[in-house]
Parts: sequence; structure tokens; C-alpha cells
Amino acid sequence: MKALPVLVLLLWVCALYFAGIYLFVSGFLLVRLEVNRTSTCGDVLHPAEEPVDFCRVPPRFRRVVLLVIDALKFDFARFDRSNTSPRPYENKLPVLEEAASSRPAHSRLFPFRADPPTTTMQRIKGFTTGSLPTFVDVGNNFASSAILEDNLIHQFGQTGKRLVFMGDDTWESLFPKKFHRSLPFPSFNVKDLHTVDNGILQHLYTTMVGDDWDVLVAHFLGVDHCGHRFGPDHAAMAEKLTQMDGVIRSVMERLQDDTLLVVMGDHGMTDTGDHGGESQKETDAAVFLYSPAPLFPGPPSQSEPGVVPQTDLVPTLALLLGVPIPYSSVGQVLLPLFPPHGQTGGVVGGLSQLEALWINAKQVNRFLETYSSMAEDIPPQSLSQLRAEFSRLSSEYLATVGEGRSPSPELMASLQAYLTSVRDTCRATWAQFNPLKMAAGLSILTLACLVCFISSELSHVLIGDNGPGFKAPVAVTLLAGLCAVVGQLIARGFTEMSWCVAAAAFSSELVFLWRARRARMAGIAKNGSKALKCAGWLMPHRLLTPPLLVALLRCASLLSDSYVIAEGRVVTFLVFSLALYIPIHLNWDHLLLPPSPDPLKSAGLVPPPALSPSTVRKESTTLLSCTGLLIGSVYLSLSFHGCREEQGSCQPSPFLSPLSRLQNSRLKNLHYVLSVVSLGFCTYLLRSCLRHYGNLNSSGGTVLVARCILPLLSVCLGLHWAVSATAEDSFRNLTEFISLAQLALPRAAFCLLGLGLVLIWLDPLTVFVKTRSEYSSRTSTLPPPRYRASTGISPQAELRHLIPQIYQRMRRSLDEGELSAGSEVESGPAVEAYGLGTVYSAPLLLLCGLLGIGLLLLHPEGMALSFFLLLLEMAALLHIHASSTTLSSLQGTFSGGYYVPWTTVVLWSLAATQFFHATGHLPTFPSIQWGAAFVGFPDGHTGTILPASLVTLNTFAAHILFAVACPLLLFWPLVREVRGSRGGEAFGEEGEDAVMEMRLRENPQQFSSALLQLSARYLFIHGAQVFASVCAAAILRRHLMVWKVFAPKLMFEASGFLVSSVFLLVGVTFVLRVDVAVGRWFKRLIPDASR
Amino acid sequence: MWDHEIRAMASTHAIIASSVFMATVLPAVLVPGFSVYGTHLLWLYLVSGSIAAVSVAVFWLLGLTPPTKKHSLGYKLSRLFRSVLYLFLSCLFFHTVVVLYGAPLIESALETFSLAVLLTSLTTLRCLCILGPNVQAWIRVFSRHGAMSVWDTCLQITVACTLVGAWVGAFPIPLDWDRPWQVWPVSCSLGAMIGFLTGLVAAPAWIHYHRKQLTYKCK
Repeated sequence: MKALPVLVLLLWVCALYFAGIYLFVSGFLLVRLEVNRTSTCGDVLHPAEEPVDFCRVPPRFRRVVLLVIDALKFDFARFDRSNTSPRPYENKLPVLEEAASSRPAHSRLFPFRADPPTTTMQRIKGFTTGSLPTFVDVGNNFASSAILEDNLIHQFGQTGKRLVFMGDDTWESLFPKKFHRSLPFPSFNVKDLHTVDNGILQHLYTTMVGDDWDVLVAHFLGVDHCGHRFGPDHAAMAEKLTQMDGVIRSVMERLQDDTLLVVMGDHGMTDTGDHGGESQKETDAAVFLYSPAPLFPGPPSQSEPGVVPQTDLVPTLALLLGVPIPYSSVGQVLLPLFPPHGQTGGVVGGLSQLEALWINAKQVNRFLETYSSMAEDIPPQSLSQLRAEFSRLSSEYLATVGEGRSPSPELMASLQAYLTSVRDTCRATWAQFNPLKMAAGLSILTLACLVCFISSELSHVLIGDNGPGFKAPVAVTLLAGLCAVVGQLIARGFTEMSWCVAAAAFSSELVFLWRARRARMAGIAKNGSKALKCAGWLMPHRLLTPPLLVALLRCASLLSDSYVIAEGRVVTFLVFSLALYIPIHLNWDHLLLPPSPDPLKSAGLVPPPALSPSTVRKESTTLLSCTGLLIGSVYLSLSFHGCREEQGSCQPSPFLSPLSRLQNSRLKNLHYVLSVVSLGFCTYLLRSCLRHYGNLNSSGGTVLVARCILPLLSVCLGLHWAVSATAEDSFRNLTEFISLAQLALPRAAFCLLGLGLVLIWLDPLTVFVKTRSEYSSRTSTLPPPRYRASTGISPQAELRHLIPQIYQRMRRSLDEGELSAGSEVESGPAVEAYGLGTVYSAPLLLLCGLLGIGLLLLHPEGMALSFFLLLLEMAALLHIHASSTTLSSLQGTFSGGYYVPWTTVVLWSLAATQFFHATGHLPTFPSIQWGAAFVGFPDGHTGTILPASLVTLNTFAAHILFAVACPLLLFWPLVREVRGSRGGEAFGEEGEDAVMEMRLRENPQQFSSALLQLSARYLFIHGAQVFASVCAAAILRRHLMVWKVFAPKLMFEASGFLVSSVFLLVGVTFVLRVDVAVGRWFKRLIPDASR
Repeated sequence: MWDHEIRAMASTHAIIASSVFMATVLPAVLVPGFSVYGTHLLWLYLVSGSIAAVSVAVFWLLGLTPPTKKHSLGYKLSRLFRSVLYLFLSCLFFHTVVVLYGAPLIESALETFSLAVLLTSLTTLRCLCILGPNVQAWIRVFSRHGAMSVWDTCLQITVACTLVGAWVGAFPIPLDWDRPWQVWPVSCSLGAMIGFLTGLVAAPAWIHYHRKQLTYKCK
């Protein structure tokens, strides 16, 4: 069989998908490294000309009131007198305008521009850390949402200010235990306009009058929720804004001279009331600054900034209140709030504009140096430009100050320009989608799906003798990649890897499509009969079959957040539908029931049956009972689901929590016994299946694994559960022993697993041969090898037909041996080969079993039940597939070859997703089972690779198992065939041909093309899901739920695809390895024939 | 070729459809507080009942039910008993299938069972009326060459439409639109009803346009 082309093609298809995903994700997911250092008052900033920088002068304000009005768009805050017929959201906050016009030195209103993503959590992060939060802030706090990066709240706490917080409970999860007093209110229900606001108002004024606070944060949610529910253009919005107007007024009345009031929106909203994206309507909020003491040197002037970026609030507030600027802030101080140089006398304390700017510049420079030493995502040439600019500015500043001159306006301007360019560089790196890359990734993925589909439909052409070669496409691909490198070097002076990958992938896809088209044309020209079969493979009526429709529905469901939230149920629903479709479809084709001797037959409508009714009845009984089993296990698997936070009334499965957390000891015992029993059942079923097909007789490595290692592994696992379930304080005198066992048992299991895998790989054959010389004379009684009439006797063909002949001979003697176990003298077998019929599937099955138990080790104990269901469902699916193939093949509609129909493949891949959910996983980051990293390593790790891979294995356990077991779909009809036709031995030809998996060796060409087709179909279904979630992320990138639902879903889907494809390749490689081993075995057995 | 039967079918379907219409509109006019969403279960039972009554009456009048071989009263009684038993079993069957599809097991069992009753009256009752209490025949009808008369083809189409309608009706349930028709089982029963009405229209039309291709073996 042609092993290399299959592997190369599959690898290439996977690589295409990876390239597409990589390109899209690098344009879509914004990644930033968190700098986990904090500023302190004692910090000395380079270049040091003062002993300390941050807390040098007394602060201008002692206290600050921060009123955050969620989604306070700038349009809401602006007051336009000339507007006589205001819309509901216009002119509803007159207080801001009144204050700004009547007391221009005390107050000012600015547009306040947020950075995308404009979602509340990211914005809170933004205006407290002064940085540009991205979707993935790679830091130490991957598991919790708390902000560990240096931030204003932390700095306030550090300098002894008492923080009081009320409002949106997001703050509480972002800053746990940072507040002196906190009154969080639930923010989840978007329909609820008043709970949070009224809760704040109950406490706000009494708190303000009291004296136990220095920083008061109140976060109102009503405006935002009103926008989500009704949109801005609604009477409810007017009401809400008027209420806010009253709130601001009352707060202003209660302010004291040493207090600063900041009223701000965290982001804007679109005309439909949504936010999350990057349009100006979403990013432009308002900020209003007020103090009873004069705040500004004069009335608004021309030089004041038109728009204030949101990050600028952080250094401004920090310097005004005399706390250090947070370490990773890239904001710029708001100059109008600081007195010009030499006029500091008028204001009590505080820094002059130049000093503030200088401290700010030094702090930003320090952050830039630290960040660029940690990460390399800032382009080097802009980094070196910024460095040169800073050193020029610092020498100029030092010279100016040293000589005591008054600073030139140019110096201030260039300091400001420096700060702006740092922020712009950072923003370009972290906070902007790269639409070009996204589009490139999307188009590569589209073509990859097409390529995958075509290679599954044309697998026989691709594998065939006249299939397209590999040299030219590889050359073209390399050439395209090189061209991209050279082009970039010439045009831009440096190269970016992703574009080279894109060019290579794209060109190879195009070359493949063109060659596939030519190969198909050639195939049509060569034999007309095939042309009819191939011609319509892209016709809509062939694509809209129910299984593909179900796959399409599944992909479409990824485009809606509600369906993604309910994904577990959705997939289960689809699996049900498809499972019910199989028997209904068979019945529709008259295949399910034995044709009754009715007038139909005499009319010639139905071809005469090729199979006895009893066999048909047996097969259809198997089919129906397996469908029942499948449906039952799918239904039961629903009880192992976890819960997303969006699902309001949902209880996570009780089996998800580890046993050690259960208090009730009786319940604990029950759970333990259930888990162990289902584990035992899994092991027993696997072994008995292998024994049934005679694979446990030889003495090879695989048999050793099945006989010893598998049970040992299960025992290890059971003991490990028992040990880890013991409560902390019981068995005091055995503590050391228990901790030793907690370490040793899983590690022993890991070792056994590794040993088993190595043994299976080295010696995958499970065939036991027994030659009895005393009966060898008997072989002459067997019929001489029969060649089929059409075969020309070339040496090649002879060899090809000799092997099955030998196999048949062995099989027959085996049969006879079985029949005459008691009376051996009657007819002794010449050669016995046990387990040859399942030579491919047995080691694969064992491999899956080992992997399954290994993966179970990484899960909570209760999941043993779910894994048992998984095994049952797999078996049911395999049997359904086998029976339906037998039923349709034996009644004349058999198309030839070993092709696995779409229905089965779609069911198989949906089952992988379904068990992703049924093992308690969800496509959200908080639901990752981090405990898996500590199985066998209770004291933690030193590196990151090992825990990361353990967690990955845990998360995608279902994907791994179904991907590795995928080739079983090809083997199972052949394995089951012997039982189907043994009953019908009377049919002559059917009985003769019952050679189970040896059929595959008769037809190596078909074997490889069927293997390729099966794998390509499986990859296609998973790839289409990835494609759909990529589309969802691209289309809905301004959706409210994009960072909560779609982006995590994309990450999980993409990594699931990655894991699936890798393990699918492992499975296919393993099958090819077995094939090589079988070939060698035959050569050893028949030295003459092999020549 | 089948003109007479198609006309009969069309008029039968018109009567059944009008009975659905009446069962929806009449109570809405007469009974205060009646609405399809608000008092959904009541509407469901009314519609099921009226469809059951009308179809039994119409098909009995048409004389479609396969002729019984014996005319003894005992045989007729046993047929009636079997029919009732089948109806009940079919309710249970639909209930089980719907629960397996993901309907809540315990809390809204009444709603689920009502949906099963509706599905039974739309599909099983029709099978009973046309084929009699003969499961073999039912299984036979739902295969490619199993239809033996125009009415069998019509049965295929309406039953398939009803079931597909109910299946599609489950799609909007998880969406967060908060509409009254998203409550269980409103969307499914509406879907089944719409599917059934579509089937009533589609069956005569389809048969009319394919009357040249249709060939039936007589029983």
C-alpha cells in the first residue's frame, strides 16, 4: 500500500489549516505580555537627577470621587443650546455644560477616547492600569480574572488611601480585597436597568458625607443596560440620563475643596446600543473634571487637547493625588490640569507642566525598556527610534534645568510628541485588529476546506497510479515562500514570517486545485463509467444530503452566541437526529427488513434478495439495538455537563467535583464504587473484545500490554482515586504514606502507559501462528489455489492472489480445528493463525484503550462513568456503521471499496464535540480543569511545557480518543463481516470471501484511498467547524459577546482541531506501521512467494 | 390519472385545515383570555381533538380504511381496542423521543406529553385512519416503493412534513430573544402544526404534478 502519499497529503492538508488559523489568529487575537512590576514612591527613574520622582511634592488633592457611568457616550454629555427638539439622549445632562460655562477654571468636559476592545472589563483594566488591555494578557493570572498588573487602585492602597467602591461587581472580581469598603451589585442581567444604580444611590451620599474614605469609585450601569435593551434613542434613555444629571449635581454639592470629581464613561455605544468594537461611536466617551477649588489655570484655550485618550487619566490622577504612576501605564498627563512653569506659587503644591511631563516621560521610557527586554513584539526599528528620541530629549531637559533657563515651548511639545508616539507604537502592536491578516487567514481556510473536501471525494484518483505527483507542488510552494521573503525584503527591509507562510499555503492550494481538476479530467477521459460517478460530486443535490445538512447546521450554530452557550445541548440534539436518520433511511431504501414475499418482487421493483432473511433480521436487530444503545448513552452523557456563567439556572454535574471535596462519606463511597466499576467494565470490555477475535494468544508485545499492562493500569488508577479521595485529616499516622502514594501511583501509571505505548508501537502484531507438522500431509486435501478467471498470471498478480489464498487456507484449517476440537484426528489444521482477521483493528483498539485510561487519569474520578459511556457510544457507532454497511452491501447497493459514508463520519466527529462537553469541559477559560496539571505532580512544576500539555490532554480528551480511533471505522465492517456471513455459509461466494481485514491486503490501492478518504472527511468536518467559528469571530468582531463567547470558542475550536489532526495523524501512522509489520510477517511466512 | 382521488384529497385536506382554523379562531372569539401562547395547552388539546374528530369522520365517510375480512362485532371491537392502544403507545413513544431530544424530564412533563398528544393526532391517527392498526403496513409505507395508493403517498408527505416541522421548531428555543413563542413546547407544537398544514397543501400539489410518474401496485 502507498503509505507515503497518504501521510504526505494529510500532513499537507493539516498544515494548510494550521497556516490559515495562525494567520487569522495573529490578526485577530491581540496578545500582550503583562509586566508584573509595580512602581513605588522610592523608585529612581533613569536618568536620575532627583533623589525620588513620584512622591516628591505634596499632592494637589487629597481625595477623589470617580463616577463611572457605563457607556456614557460623548453625545450624551454634550449640551447644545441651539437644539430645540432634542432626541431622547440629547441635552439630558445640562449640569456639565452649566458648570463648564459658569466656572471655567473649575471644570472641563472632554471627549474621552477608549481603545478597542470596548467592553467594560477591558476598559476598567485600561483606565486603571493605563495600559492597553488586549484579549489575551499573558500573565500569571490565567485562571482568575484579577488584575495583577500595576494599577491605580493598587497604588492608592499602597499609599494608604482608603478606597470605597460601589456598583458593577466586575470591579470586585478585578480587584479582590483591594477595597477598604465595597458594595458590589450584580451586573449580569442586561435587562435590569435599576438594581445597580439604585443600590449605589442608597449609599453614595451618606458615604460622601462621612469621612472614612479617600477614593470613592461608583460605577453606574443603568445607561449601558438601557442602551443594550432599548438603544439610545428611547424614552428610557432620557429618563436614565436625567437621573444621572441629578446624581452629578448632588455629588457636586457635597464636594469639599480638597476633592476632585471625575465623571467618565468607559466606552460609547453604537446607534443600536451595542459596544465592543472599534468604531468611533463605540470608542468616544465623555470625561468631566470638576473641583470646588480652581483646577485649571484659565478658561479653555486653543492649545488644549481636542480628545483625551483614556489611558491619559491614569498618570494625571496619579500625579494630582501624589501616588506613583502605575508601572505599565503608557498614558500622558493632561497638561491643562497642571500650572505652567514658574506659576506653581498660585496653586498649593503640585508639579508644573514641565515637571509632570518629565516624570511621565521617564516612567514611560522605563516601561518601554522593561517590556522590550521581555517581549519582542514591538518592531525593532520603531523601538530604536523611540530610544534615540528619549535620549535627545533627556539631555536637552537636563541642560535646560541645569542652567535654570525657562523651558522652551519646543521642549514641551517634543516631550508630548514622544509620549504620543510611544502610545501609538504600543497601540499598533496590541490594540488593533489586522484586517489584512484576518482576510488572508480566512481565504486560506476557505480553500483548505475545499481542498479537504475534494481530496476526500477524489481520493482514488489522488492515490491512483496517474495521480498528481508531489515534486512540482512542493517546488511551487517553496518558490512562492521565497518570493514572499524576497519581496518583503525589497519593499520593507525586513520579513514577517506570517506573510511567507500565507504565500506558500495559498500557492500550494491553487496548484493542488488545478492539478486535481486535471487529474479528474484525465480520469473521466480514461474510463467513461467513472465519469458518471465523479461528474456530479459538487452538485447541490449531492451536497445537501442529511448528514452534510446536519454538519452545516452545526457550523451555522457557531455563528450565534446563544447556540454557542448551549453548544452541549445543540450537539446532542444533532447527534440524536443523525442517529435516528440511519434506520429511517435504511427502511426507506427497503434495507432494514427482509423483503417479504409480496407482489413487489414479482413486479420486479426490487431486486431479488442476496441474503437470507434471518441474516438480515439479525443485522437489523443489531443495528436497532445499537441505535438504542447510542441514544441511551448520549442521553445519559447529558448529566455530565458543566455550566457556563451565562446559563442562569444550571447546576453543574455532581460528578465534576473531585471526590476529596465530597463531605457525605456514603455518597463518596457510592461515587467511588461507581467509578471503579465503570473503569473495570471498560477494561473488561476491551479485553473480552480482543479475546473474542483471538488476539490474545500470541506472545508479542501488544498481547503483553493487553494481558498485563492494561489491567495493571486500571488497578493503579483505582488505587490512585482511593488515595486522593481520602480526607485531609483522616489517617493521621499514614500521612506520609498517603502523600507518597499520591506521588507514586500516578507516576507509575504514566510509566506503564508509556511502556505500553512503546510496546504496541514496536510489536503491533497480535497473530498467533501454530504449525502442526504431523498434519501437514492433510494440506493436500484442501482445494488447490483458485485464481479468478480474469487474472493474468504475472508474478505480481500471482503474489497478490497468493496471500489471500494462504490466508484462506489457514482460516479454513482454523475453522476446522475449531469445529473438531474434540476429535483432532478427523481433520487437523495445517496452519493456525489466530487473530489475523483483526490484525489491524486489535492493536488500534488497544491503543485507544490505553490512551482512554491514561486520559481518565487526568480527569476527576466521576468522569469514569462518562468515559464508559464514551466507550459504549463508540462501540455502538462502530456496530451501527458495520451493520448498515453489511445491510446495504449484501442487498445489492454496495458500491465497492471500503468507503465510509458521510453519515458515520459526521456522527463520529459530532460525538467528539459531544463528549468534550460530557467530560465537563466548556469552551471558556474559567472552566479549564487546572487540576489535571497536578496529577502526579502535587507540588507543582518548574517548567510550563509539562503542565500545559497535561491540561491540553485533559481538555481535549474526547477529541483525542475519537481522532485516534477514527481508522476503526474503516476496519469494523470487515471485522463484523465474518459473523454476518458465517451464518450464511450456504451462499458459497459470500462464505468463501470472509477474510475480514485481509481484504485490505488484497487491495492495497483501495485500502490507502479509503484511509485517505476517511481521514480527509474527518478533517473536513472538524475543519469546517473551525472555519465557521473563524467566520463568527470575523463577522461578529463588534458583537457584545465577542470576547466572552466567540473569541474563546475560536480558541477552543482551533486548538481542538490542532489536537484532533495531530492524533488523527498518529492513528493513521499507526495503521501504516501495522501494515508494514503485517507485510514483514507474510514475507517471513512465505519466503518463496516473496522472492 | 388520479384526478378523482386528488380532488377528494384536496377537499379532505381543506376540511381538516379549516377545522384547525376553527379550533383556533372560535375560542379566541368566544372564550375571554384565550390565546395561542397564553393558554397554549388548551389550544393544543382543542386542535388535537378537532383534527382527530374531523379526520376520523372524513376518512370513515370516504371509506378509505382497509376493508375488514370479518364482519363480526368481536373483530371490530378488537380492532378498535388495538387502535386505542396504538394511539396511547404512540403518545408514550413520542414523549420518550422528545425527552431524549432534550426536553426536561420531570418539570414540564405535562407540556411534553401534550406535544406528544398533538404529534400523535397529526401522524399516528392518520396512519390508523388510512392503514388500519397494522404496524407492518406502517413500516412498509415509509419506504421508497412502499406506497400503494395516492393516499399512502399523501401520508408519507404529511407525516414527514409534520415531524420535520416539529424538529425545526426546536431550533429557536435556545435563542435569547425572550419571545412568548420560545417557551417550551410552543415553538415545537407550532412547528409541527405549520409543517402539518404545509403537508396538507403540499401533498395534493405534489401528487398532481407527479401524477404521470406515479405508479402503484394494487394490493
